[in-house]
Amino acid sequence: MQLELSREAGVLTAHLIGELDHHAAAPIRQQIDTAVLSSRCHRLVLDFRRLTFMDSSGIGLIMGRYRLMSGQNGTLRVENATPQVEKMMKLAGLSRLPIWNERKEPQ
Amino acid sequence: MKPINEMKLTFPSRSANEGFARAAVAAFLSQLDPTVDELADLRTAVSEAVTNVIVHAYPERIGTVTLTMKLYENGQVQIQIRDRGIGIPNVEEAVRPLYTTGGEDRSGLGFTVMEAFADRLRVHSQPGKGTTVTLYKRIACRVSGR
Repeated sequence: MQLELSREAGVLTAHLIGELDHHAAAPIRQQIDTAVLSSRCHRLVLDFRRLTFMDSSGIGLIMGRYRLMSGQNGTLRVENATPQVEKMMKLAGLSRLPIWNERKEPQ
Repeated sequence: MKPINEMKLTFPSRSANEGFARAAVAAFLSQLDPTVDELADLRTAVSEAVTNVIVHAYPERIGTVTLTMKLYENGQVQIQIRDRGIGIPNVEEAVRPLYTTGGEDRSGLGFTVMEAFADRLRVHSQPGKGTTVTLYKRIACRVSGR
């Protein structure tokens, strides 16, 4: 599992590459949190375009980052979720959270 | 009913083996020519089961995980994940959605995901002796002449 971080106009984007499981989650979580806190960005995007697998460890990661961003009056958005990832997120009840790319959030 | 093919793997409960278990299951399943979705469902369910063993069955030591997989004529697949760990005192409680004894960032969804991604789930556990999780899934047959 690899992580690429990019920053543009106050938005921090974390590109997750490969397979996100319990083994991969801890270091990824730490890298994202460090980047969020040091960049002082208020908008975090998790880009799943190159994510090839995710189990419920990914749900823990999304929920944790949602809490982190909410605690700083920031926002989290999930982009390019595959059908498999969407199935997992719906099962976890995350479809209720305002983190979906499709919903046009006020900028 | 006798399986048409079967395999058995044992490996230590190291988290690096979560990916190995998924890959092994996917490779063995390929002879049934599963769809992308069927394959993803089983990889996910197995990942949850193996992660549970690593996190919960052997919380303070590395133990052995045994994974067996049986394929049947009608496309029925049975995957069993067995440990000799601490066991689950109350299975009914453990399989409940969002129930977790893990820390923050563990979603408590492991068994819920297994139930949703497999056709059937059976959990047998004895405190102090270990847990056996059995996943069943039917793969739609598209190949003949196995």
